[in-house]
Amino acid sequence: MNVKICTEIFDPFAEIQIFQNQLELSGKFGATSIFIGTMRDFNEGDSVQAMTLEHYEGMTQKQLSKMIETAKARWQILDCLIIHRVGEILPNEPIVLISVWSAHRAQAFEACRFLIEELKANAPFWKLEQLTTNEKRWVAK
Amino acid sequence: MIYLRYFASLRETLGRSTDEIEIFESQTALSVWNLANPTIPLPENTLVAVNMEYVPLDYPVKNCDEIAFFPPVTGG
Repeated sequence: MNVKICTEIFDPFAEIQIFQNQLELSGKFGATSIFIGTMRDFNEGDSVQAMTLEHYEGMTQKQLSKMIETAKARWQILDCLIIHRVGEILPNEPIVLISVWSAHRAQAFEACRFLIEELKANAPFWKLEQLTTNEKRWVAK
Repeated sequence: MIYLRYFASLRETLGRSTDEIEIFESQTALSVWNLANPTIPLPENTLVAVNMEYVPLDYPVKNCDEIAFFPPVTGG
């Protein structure tokens, strides 16, 4: 399973290890490129104490799977994994993991960059921030 | 029947997350919004998906379609 939507905190490094152990690619990959997005405790000059991530169940998985197919067609990658949190998130918790396995670094780097940029542009997630003043606001970009 | 879904700030603005409407003639995504929300113009920058694929506002819709309206996405 290349796409996971998590409602609980996850350990990106453990997930990479578990996924990699299941790959039948021993000796085949020479590069693993990883992007991890983590929640900050500040945004737009304000202190943020928590965040709620909403998504469009079904469309999210469809869009992420489509991105992976595009990446596989465009670069010589062996496999990739995308994990994204939803629900309530606290600062310092991981929001998103993208990991790409390839024979060589250029394909791994480029595909990983492509996947995170596509996810940010097209995957139907929305962030609702709760400031330390308790004010709530939707993240605009 | 057409199934409408609203997400994030748009859902909060409308005060509901779904609508169901009957259509009796050909409609587009935008005209379905106008039927469901006759007094509220579609906010600028709203994204539209039919059956979980992005479409333009003039996309023709048919019975049993699921149309989603939502603000720009902010994941990652």
